[in-house]
Amino acid sequence: MGRYVIRRLLQMIPVFVGATFLIFLMVYALGDPVTALFGDRGPDPATAAALRAEFNLDKPVWQQYLLYMGKIFTGDFGTAFNGEPVTDLMGRAFPISARLMLVAIVFEILLGITLGVITGLRRGRSLDTSVLVLTLVVIAIPTFVLGTTLQYFLGVEFGWIDPAVSPEGRFRELIVPGLILSLVSLAYVTRLTRTSVAENVRADYVRTAVAKGLPRRRVTVRHLLRNSLIPVVTYLGADIGNLMAGAIVTERIFNIQGVGYQLFQGILRQNSPTVVGFVVVLVLIFLLANLLVDLLYAVLDPRIRYA
Amino acid sequence: MLLEVRDLRVEFQTRDGLVQAVNGVSYTVEAGETLAVLGESGSGKSVTAQAVMGIIDSPPGRIAGGEVRFQGRDLLTMRAEERRRVRGDRIAMIFQDALSALNPVLTVGFQLGEMFRVHRGASRAEARARAIELMERVRIPAAKERVNDYPHQFSGGMRQRIMIAMALALEPELIIADEPTTALDVTVQAQVMDLLDELQREYRMGLILITHDLGVVAGVADQIAVMYAGRIVETAPVHELYRRPAHPYTKGLLESIPRLDHKGGELRAIRGLPPNLARIPAGCPYHPRCPLARDVCRENPRPPLYEVGPGRASACHFWKETMGE
Repeated sequence: MGRYVIRRLLQMIPVFVGATFLIFLMVYALGDPVTALFGDRGPDPATAAALRAEFNLDKPVWQQYLLYMGKIFTGDFGTAFNGEPVTDLMGRAFPISARLMLVAIVFEILLGITLGVITGLRRGRSLDTSVLVLTLVVIAIPTFVLGTTLQYFLGVEFGWIDPAVSPEGRFRELIVPGLILSLVSLAYVTRLTRTSVAENVRADYVRTAVAKGLPRRRVTVRHLLRNSLIPVVTYLGADIGNLMAGAIVTERIFNIQGVGYQLFQGILRQNSPTVVGFVVVLVLIFLLANLLVDLLYAVLDPRIRYA
Repeated sequence: MLLEVRDLRVEFQTRDGLVQAVNGVSYTVEAGETLAVLGESGSGKSVTAQAVMGIIDSPPGRIAGGEVRFQGRDLLTMRAEERRRVRGDRIAMIFQDALSALNPVLTVGFQLGEMFRVHRGASRAEARARAIELMERVRIPAAKERVNDYPHQFSGGMRQRIMIAMALALEPELIIADEPTTALDVTVQAQVMDLLDELQREYRMGLILITHDLGVVAGVADQIAVMYAGRIVETAPVHELYRRPAHPYTKGLLESIPRLDHKGGELRAIRGLPPNLARIPAGCPYHPRCPLARDVCRENPRPPLYEVGPGRASACHFWKETMGE
């Protein structure tokens, strides 16, 4: 197991380098951030040259990349063009996004797994069919449509929630946005749980558990669920990546000043240090989450052993 | 009388229509006695056992009639909670494929100990100690170290021993073994059967041994019930059945056993296939495959179980001819 983890960590290095270099190329090489900074008026050549020198923009791309990565490992993500250190932006944005993601994952676990278990145990009944149709509808409708609709009705028409989230991004305000963010994954979790439960409920070991004279509750929780939830838990782990991507849309709808919001602003204003910095951290989170999922898999299913 | 099954009927609702998997089966098991239930796949032998155990998938399955009396009380009319307490405690079951019948993500110690935790309210430590005892009882080497292993870490024979240990845990009066050795190598089969036989004698349990293997039956059974298309076609004490079968189907089965002294000859199989249980032929269900079939066999009513000797019965109009040949 230890050797497996080390190997996986080593494998992350080329993935990390490749992913960040691509981002770096796209952001730095394909647009001139200094020109963008000055907008339509065009910069004064001396100032522009000074800025280029300050941000190493006068050097070849590979050199820029190495210099940038070197600084990152000392914890210096550079400064945004407005003079604020990128790490400060991250310090504000990541906790808010983390809260949003937490709300979304709680919805997925509570609602998704509950619905999945109920429908899986009652396959073919009317409740099962209705939930199945509903999940299809949710998957088919884009997040921004559902999000803005709900925002309009709950926030504007009924006034139950604030249509926009405050810069602090408190939990209370993030409940509806978190639900919106979770919806598509929620639908997948429901379907995955349902299939898994329905498959396992006919398994021999469940029949054995019944034949042992165990109470129905124990058969379901200890024997059936323990097995059925293995794919669901690993899906939830991998879903962190999906939620990060989805958060860009959701945060934009509800004006949540999290990672997605900062990234969006950064891209709009060609604020390269912000964009690259945030993406580097996201890539890291994604890689670590994936490793965690694989390790979790071995914990949940004793038949899987990594060597 | 330990167990008395009377006129049991089980149906399954399928896409092909109503399947009559068990069609009026009756048998009895005494304490300490072994009843072998013999039959091809789909003859209803396992479904009968599942009905006794109360683990038929419902829907699509349904018990359509009959009685299952265990120590005088009808299990089929018992309340669900009462029935649950009988399961595993007074009547236990051993399944065919231990690898799929044991829970893959729980240790064998947990699965064995669960019997004591649920039925006896034992503590965790107590359950573990009893689990180790049980594993030693079925002669699993290094039981203390292996109690925390998972089913996939054991060999097939060892897994089946754990299955047996689990059934034995609460010293039930009746054990139903559904093809307990089918999934094992021949050498391991003998070991497992010997163990089961020994433990049964020791605890004086009733045993229902479901199998399609005539070789397994001969050594351990007292009484045999041969099933065909959801019915019992012949019952007899084991040695009499081998010596002089009273039903052409039994006879066919016995003749199809490969024999060492007939080396090189062709295997004598029963021609044809068992009937589709949604469309069981009129008259004797075996008549399309039977060499003795005559007009009376193709007509209802079906042949009843004729008493053909002490403790013997055969559902064939021509049992005399069959036995006399």
